[in-house]
Amino acid sequence: MSETRYTKDHEYIRLEGDIATIGITDFAQKQLGDVVYVELPEAGLAFVKGAQAAVVESVKAASEVYAPVSGDVTEVNSALEGAPAIVNEDPAGAGWFMKMRIHDASEFNDLMDEAAYQAFVQSCC
Amino acid sequence: MLNQQGRPTAAGAGEQSARATFTSNRGLQMEEALIFEIGRRDVSGVDLDEPEAFSSRLGAHARVGEIGLPGLSEPETVRHYVRLSQKNYAIDSGLYPLGSCTMKHNPRLNEAMARLPGFADIHPLQPQSSVPGALALMDELSHWLLVLTNMEAVAMSPKAGAHGELCGMAAIKTAIDARGEGATRRIVLVPESAHGTNPATAASIGFEVKAVPAGADGKVHPDAVRALMGPDVAAIMLTNPNTCGLFETEIVEIAQILHEGGGYFYCDGANFNAIVGKARPGDLGVDAMHINLHKTFSTPHGGGGPGSGPVVLSARLAPFAPVPFLRRDGERLALVEHEEGTSSLGRLTAFHGQMGMFVRALSYILSHGADGLKQASEDAVLNANYVRACLADVMSLPFGNKPCMHEVLFDDSWLKDTGVTTLDFAKAMIDEGYHPMTMYFPLVVHGAMLIEPTESESRAALDLFIMTLRDLAMSALRGETERFIGAPYLAPRRRLDETRAARSPILRWVKPMRVE
Amino acid sequence: MRYLPLTPTDRTDMLARIGVDHVDDLFADVPAHLLLKEPLDLPRRKTEQDVARALGKLAQRNMAAGSVPFFIGCGAYKHHVPASVDHLIQRSEFLTSYTPYQPEISQGTLQYLFEFQTQVALLTGMDVANASMYDGSTGAAEAVLMAHRVTRRRKAVLSGGLHPHYAAVVRTQSALANDEVVTLPADVSARESLLDQIDATTSCVVVQTPDVFGNLRDLSAIAQKCHAHGALLIAVFTEAVSLGALRAPGDMGADIVVGEGQSIGNALNFGGPYVGLFATRQKYVRQMPGRLCGETVDAEGRRGFVLTLSTREQHIRRDKATSNICTNSGLCSLAFTIHMTLLGEAGLTKLARVNHANAVKLADMLAGVTGVEVLNTTFFNEFTVRLAGDAAQIVEKLAARGVLGGVPVSRLLPGAGLDDLLIVANTEVNTNEDRAQFVAALQEVL
Repeated sequence: MSETRYTKDHEYIRLEGDIATIGITDFAQKQLGDVVYVELPEAGLAFVKGAQAAVVESVKAASEVYAPVSGDVTEVNSALEGAPAIVNEDPAGAGWFMKMRIHDASEFNDLMDEAAYQAFVQSCC
Repeated sequence: MLNQQGRPTAAGAGEQSARATFTSNRGLQMEEALIFEIGRRDVSGVDLDEPEAFSSRLGAHARVGEIGLPGLSEPETVRHYVRLSQKNYAIDSGLYPLGSCTMKHNPRLNEAMARLPGFADIHPLQPQSSVPGALALMDELSHWLLVLTNMEAVAMSPKAGAHGELCGMAAIKTAIDARGEGATRRIVLVPESAHGTNPATAASIGFEVKAVPAGADGKVHPDAVRALMGPDVAAIMLTNPNTCGLFETEIVEIAQILHEGGGYFYCDGANFNAIVGKARPGDLGVDAMHINLHKTFSTPHGGGGPGSGPVVLSARLAPFAPVPFLRRDGERLALVEHEEGTSSLGRLTAFHGQMGMFVRALSYILSHGADGLKQASEDAVLNANYVRACLADVMSLPFGNKPCMHEVLFDDSWLKDTGVTTLDFAKAMIDEGYHPMTMYFPLVVHGAMLIEPTESESRAALDLFIMTLRDLAMSALRGETERFIGAPYLAPRRRLDETRAARSPILRWVKPMRVE
Repeated sequence: MRYLPLTPTDRTDMLARIGVDHVDDLFADVPAHLLLKEPLDLPRRKTEQDVARALGKLAQRNMAAGSVPFFIGCGAYKHHVPASVDHLIQRSEFLTSYTPYQPEISQGTLQYLFEFQTQVALLTGMDVANASMYDGSTGAAEAVLMAHRVTRRRKAVLSGGLHPHYAAVVRTQSALANDEVVTLPADVSARESLLDQIDATTSCVVVQTPDVFGNLRDLSAIAQKCHAHGALLIAVFTEAVSLGALRAPGDMGADIVVGEGQSIGNALNFGGPYVGLFATRQKYVRQMPGRLCGETVDAEGRRGFVLTLSTREQHIRRDKATSNICTNSGLCSLAFTIHMTLLGEAGLTKLARVNHANAVKLADMLAGVTGVEVLNTTFFNEFTVRLAGDAAQIVEKLAARGVLGGVPVSRLLPGAGLDDLLIVANTEVNTNEDRAQFVAALQEVL
């Protein structure tokens, strides 16, 4: 059973047990346009919530991806290295960025749920 | 997280824009292979005699194996590069309205002067006694720059505008360190409308960048600066006139806020060309400002350089200027090349700066004189305002139809619901024979189109440009999207696939594998 | 004014169209008391011939390299540049175009940059090169910053054979960013033990070959030790022609190669503009500073070129950019690439042989002069001699006799106790007569 939350920076966090899978939303990939490169952290690194963890680049833009919750990186999606287009094609699935073991479940619970995120997208963008 | 400047750049559906030819050439427009495809390893366009027998001193360091460089004879070389040149737009061939870049005419007298052997054929390390004319030229250019800006000192060595920014910010950092505040004054305020070089420069020497919001009128206001000012603020970096083409009305008060709070005012001088002879940065409270000789003083842009970025400094920063600098001892000028015994920030480049550009800039300055420089600024501003006045009824001005300086900024709100973007509009200008304006900069305006016609354009040239933009605008508003979406149709190349270039970069030629 | 097309009538009509009375109404945002009312105390406009006369007088006061026997190097070299090079770079479409931001109408610039990048990569023995830096010295400082990004360490070790001005540029940049620099003492005979300086905190080692004293250095052992400790080797050269005769730095294990490209295609220009060459390994390309041109296709599938990997750069990445650099050294890189195309491999290697042969000839002649000792065992086209006297004073005396005879080490390293050393360069432009005059003048003043 997994549960998905969202940040105002248009990241999604899908939690299964204490492992969070993190990527960018479909809305985010559409805004960025063709993704040409994703810079991922090394597995094993620890991030506090809000620290820069990855960078996603289109031709004319580079966006930092911040750790939405505190945790340790357990795995990164190395398939993105050779095929960044996956982020455009399947952001919520094969286009995930990294998995983290989260430190504090309350940080997760504070994030937006699906309905709140959709409302946020409607209102701000 | 999102940078809204992201936009699709991938190539659209291919559509043949001209009839096919056997050679792929199209009349005078030649397809040209790479030198690696037409050159030969045993051909040279330079004749040299083999040296007489000698005993090598290369020891074990001699190269073994081939380099792989192709050679061409002189006629082939000339033809190759002439054909390449014909694929470029240039100021010499048309109006080049790139805002913030100042594509003005490059007088050829300047080129001739820079090639005099007394300037082009002297070595930076030959005895100073053998180059008094070179030192005098640097001194004379310095004098003009100081009088035009009303500043205390000028650092001549920076190699380009961004290098000048580094110089100015380094002087500020050194001054702060000298006051013992290096550990605490670490923040540099930069408006969101700034050139990317400003935050990049500040960050590269360890400052933390904090954004200053601009007001609804496109300008920075004292209250916004006051709110951020504190004992941790080292400096503000402001472009004036700013990147929206507007003079920062309250700049004197902003400078005062910085000074009273113990900070410095770095002015990005990219747009100095609007006010030369009309107002002096020194009177505005500026502590350091680079001058892009390739913008304001017409040294050629050369397809992206070389530039030259002397930095004028206030009395507070003058002691920290980089080496080398000129020192006058009576009638005699000398270059001080070592920082020992001075409070200099150090050295920014191997030698004395872009001498070739100094000669060109001084040639331009002497040609104009004080009166001509003032007239050039006025004409640049007049031309930009003329463009504004003649397009204000069709294109949208984000800050209202009010006077601008040397460049006029439109946004894309007038294109709303047309299906045409700023990018499409710019590409359609190419088919009409114009280089596009600066687009998507500054970032504070949506779909920005920044037009700087410069003083070099005649009224007839401006009128045709304006009529062309009006025709394009009407076409977009009528919904004739095909004129835009696939444009350019008539240039040497259609839109290029930048996504492909970035996803799997090919950054050099590699010999193709032979297929048997 | 000959550069301003507007007539007084145009100006009046245009102001009317804008709807203002006077041009100063357009400057209304400038605080009134700061708008200059009186002309500045500066001369008025001049005719073309008057400007030419004024600048010509200044130029005549300088001793041009081509007018005397000339033996100065140390980071800038006098070579013969074929006439077609200067002709081609003055083509309007190269000289007066901007950065190729609109690739559809900039293929000329973009294609030559692609050719330039390839030539530099081949010469240095590296995978990729950028579209150039301001000059070799700023390239060296950028290389150190890049090494810090790659290794996430902040200590650079500079060889005592590195051009002292390059070392000074690196030190200035590092001091500003609070990065550590270890500069080894001047190493006249290439005997320093760089290996001892490399440890787990070292980000990079910067070594020049041929070094500033002209010695040739093998970088392989340094590269090995660097790599064993996770550090990068930055190889520097100031004389690009040497690459036609010497092992490529890439073949000796360098991770970043930077150098001065002035000596191919470009004049001495009293120090600038020059062109910095910058090359590295494929795996570090995203940490590179500066512009990069890449190949792609257009909407009709035709090959074309664009600026690429721009997200490294300041106009997109702002305070997180790899460098604040905004230009390359466009026209100088064009001069480099045209001259290199004219030379080709056959021409470059022969040019290098002629340079070396001439330098050997001069070294042998100088070795026979009483009071002169040639210090180098290896060199390319530049070497160091010990004189029986103060080199700076001797150089002044030589200049008074119409000979520009090298760079006294004290000019680069004052107070280092090396006042009797002179660095002498000899290229293809020097004739037997030049060398004879140099030797004769030296014998007179020693």
